[in-house]
Amino acid sequence: MAVRLQTERFETGAEIVRLTSGRTDVGAAVSFTGLCRADGETGTISAMELEHFPGMAEEELSRLEAEARKRWPLLDILIVHRYGRLVPGDEIVLVVTLSAHRQAAFEAANFVMDALKTSAPFWKKEERADGTSWVEAKDSDERARNRW
Amino acid sequence: MKIRYFAWVRERIGRAEEEIALPDEVRTVAGLVSFLKTQGPEYETAFAREGVVRAAIDRVHVKPDAVISSAKEIAFFPPMTGG
Repeated sequence: MAVRLQTERFETGAEIVRLTSGRTDVGAAVSFTGLCRADGETGTISAMELEHFPGMAEEELSRLEAEARKRWPLLDILIVHRYGRLVPGDEIVLVVTLSAHRQAAFEAANFVMDALKTSAPFWKKEERADGTSWVEAKDSDERARNRW
Repeated sequence: MKIRYFAWVRERIGRAEEEIALPDEVRTVAGLVSFLKTQGPEYETAFAREGVVRAAIDRVHVKPDAVISSAKEIAFFPPMTGG
């Protein structure tokens, strides 16, 4: 299973090297890394608490992985999502897709991110100097999901 | 029935999970929400905005008309904001 949930930081480059090392069939490795911005959804933030539904989060990401593998000829796929307390500059999420040709890898990574946003049970609470607020889901995320 | 709450639903209700004995007439997720709203002002606040709170039965997303009879666990949470 190529789905990981963790509190620790990760290194995108190291993850790609690990996935492609020793392989000669990979023509395209596409990665997306989502980062925590200081300019958050509710103002300038000092930190973010990322809550998740243990068990369901892994299962939901695995369902997305299976759907991506069914829809595109992927050689491998990795989804890493962090939870807990993150600060600006921290990585939040990583999607890496490997295929023989680039189009499948691009599309699959794009699909996984769009689908993950609306179905994986994670919630962001932002911490600012004047208090904390939960980030609200965006309608645009729902529209992005529905185009697939 | 084990009920779990996440994010601001959890904060508004004031607990992460609880065991609730449900009346026989509560058969769907929507019915369960209506029943919970009668259990106190904290539930009314959590479920105030119609259709906003999402549900999962045994860790799978479901619609309000989903039947809950064979569920082990039902979770309520706001729309997801991960990624």
